[in-house]
Amino acid sequence: MAKEVITGAEALMRSLHKEGVETIFGYPGGAIMPVFDHLYHYTRGESKMFDHILVRHEQAAAHAAQGYARVSGDVGVCLVTSGPGATNTLTGVADAMMDSTPLVVIAGQVGVGALGTDAFQEVDLVGVAQPITKWAYQIRRPEDVAWAVSRAFYIARSGRPGPVVLDFPKNAQTHTCEWIDVKVDHVRSYEPYPKLKEDVIRRAADLINQAERPFALVGQGVELGNAHHELMEFLEKADIPAGRTLLGLSALPSNHPLNMGMLGMHGSYATNLKTQECDVLIAIGMRFSDRVTGVPSTYAKQAHIIHLDIDSAEINKNIKCEVPVIGDCKKSLPAITRLLKKNSHTEWIASFETYRQMEEEQVIQPDIHPAEGPLLMGEVVNVVAEATAGKAVLVNDVGQNQMISSRYFKFHTRRSIVTSGGFGTMGFGLPAAVGATFGSPDRTVCCFMGDGGFQMSIQELGTIMEQQAPVKMILLNNNYLGNVRQWQDLMFGGRRSFTHMMNPRYADIAKGYGIPYDIAVDRRDLKKKVAQMLNTEGPYLLECVIKEDEDIVPMTMPGKSVDEMQLTLTY
Amino acid sequence: MDSNKKLYTLLVYSENIAGILNQITAVFTRRQVNIESLNVSASSIAGIHKYTITVWSDEEQIVKITKSIEKKIDVVKANYFLDDDLFIHEVALFKISTPVLMEHSEISRSIRKHDARMMEVNPTYATVLLAGLTEDIADLFNQLNEFGCLLQYTRSGRIAVTRSKEEMISDYLETQEKR
Repeated sequence: MAKEVITGAEALMRSLHKEGVETIFGYPGGAIMPVFDHLYHYTRGESKMFDHILVRHEQAAAHAAQGYARVSGDVGVCLVTSGPGATNTLTGVADAMMDSTPLVVIAGQVGVGALGTDAFQEVDLVGVAQPITKWAYQIRRPEDVAWAVSRAFYIARSGRPGPVVLDFPKNAQTHTCEWIDVKVDHVRSYEPYPKLKEDVIRRAADLINQAERPFALVGQGVELGNAHHELMEFLEKADIPAGRTLLGLSALPSNHPLNMGMLGMHGSYATNLKTQECDVLIAIGMRFSDRVTGVPSTYAKQAHIIHLDIDSAEINKNIKCEVPVIGDCKKSLPAITRLLKKNSHTEWIASFETYRQMEEEQVIQPDIHPAEGPLLMGEVVNVVAEATAGKAVLVNDVGQNQMISSRYFKFHTRRSIVTSGGFGTMGFGLPAAVGATFGSPDRTVCCFMGDGGFQMSIQELGTIMEQQAPVKMILLNNNYLGNVRQWQDLMFGGRRSFTHMMNPRYADIAKGYGIPYDIAVDRRDLKKKVAQMLNTEGPYLLECVIKEDEDIVPMTMPGKSVDEMQLTLTY
Repeated sequence: MDSNKKLYTLLVYSENIAGILNQITAVFTRRQVNIESLNVSASSIAGIHKYTITVWSDEEQIVKITKSIEKKIDVVKANYFLDDDLFIHEVALFKISTPVLMEHSEISRSIRKHDARMMEVNPTYATVLLAGLTEDIADLFNQLNEFGCLLQYTRSGRIAVTRSKEEMISDYLETQEKR
């Protein structure tokens, strides 16, 4: 067969297509122009292979790719230029690293000959990306494109997923090489799926069989491992109540009888307190984040801890465990379940109800059915949650809006929460929601944001306008950086240092972008306005005028144990 | 220094790809752990590089550091050891003043006593090489320093081989290749 000689840019197009890429979030610039020139042909007409979504800021490209990846399970792809284009994506890259989201970011770079000369828009991208990526690599020759791209996707999506950055110097884009198809499905120094150990499975099962008060912590690992079914069989056979982490919220349906609520600083009262009462704690695909554990020295000291994780570096990193089950939970869960005896823990499960009832009375009902006063965040979330009946995707920003929407939204479908958990990136919500509409085009995407986070990515209204991306934007506007304001009131003598924020007229902003807009002030109009938003095709911005100094409760104060969680706050 | 801390030696095997040293040292930087010594060389396996790193640490921390290093995609294996588990050596070069050397015969005796080798002697200076344990080298350094004859001094990082027969990763690589 005749040799086919192509440019590195063309090789990139073919390699991305081979990896199944359909959607690319990007922004052109000098050092990536040869690639964009090829992309021109592959995004239209008969040779169309990709949709390219032109964002308004490269950080948004990364967040959109994250949103896309989280709802679809596919790798999110970004294409940006060198220097500032590349560094702008890095907040999203770091976020993806923290939250185990598969991304491949391809950035232009100055030609190899100019590297190290402080050339225009040059940055040592591999150098700065290394600590926040699963892999970072510079493709210096067109011959290496097929290998590097295949390796990048293999690494990004296998094992514990994560972001990969490919730095692509201009000469490697324009120079030619013979096209040779390469498929990487093995890296000898990398074991993405550690082999399960029989004796460990047995020890875990024995502990669970003997447990009188077992409690499971469900994390995003269950979503990433597609182990939803295996999780339910495990929980149901041994009758184990479960709490879900922020990122694991849709790993177990909200209405499952064994779901006891959310974990964490603003999670459910029962799940936090019961952590300190259980006798066997089974952590499944979660990493004992400090937001979940509170002060680690007192965390679940009474319990035998079993930790299921695909990443052995997570074992004993934050909380020491007795039985480390290292491996893919898609396999480890059924392996343990097989050895479990059918059990019931009726009394133990019922004991959660006391705490749940306390939270219901003191927090939930006042949050979602307030009698008077300005609108509260919880009631807005509740109306949207009821109207979408657990079928929508929840995307949120960071702060109070994130905690409240995560608390009150309902999840009946897997891969339904897109949130910036570990990194807590304000400005994440809006672009991530754009990505989610492309990753899950058949589902309603609801994006809850505060006025602070919305303005950090407000330029993405341009992307939404251009793509007519059907993001249902719910702006919880309290004219404050609410979470920081809450902490200032609690811990800094009420000195509200630069947390009050002057807001623009969002009606005018929406109008400028041609996006339907409404404002909710009165709770009597709320249902109608939410219905109007959900029934309107395409994007919609619903601004809700929220009580200025609403606090999020329950709350475990920083430095406190999870059983010191408070239902009410004192100043 | 924290009394729980011991001198650990990490042996890290990696692919021979640019930028790995950076990734490994970043693991220490992030935890504010000083690297005492570092040596990088080829291993007995083609294409595999070997890093010998010594740090003062406690066991809990060294386990986390080792795992974080091994997590890097192109790192094949990382293990930590205490001195008893290893055969250890270092090399030092001492450049000393020939006139002072001639003046004090104890200097020559000290060099011989340490089994150090005189590599070069000229009227101005002499170069002495000593291969041995950290303490031997420190001992000779202190003695030469006392005589005031030291012009230059340098010491290599620690190199070490394990008590196991082959490179610790030989079996691992074999199973990986079979996949």
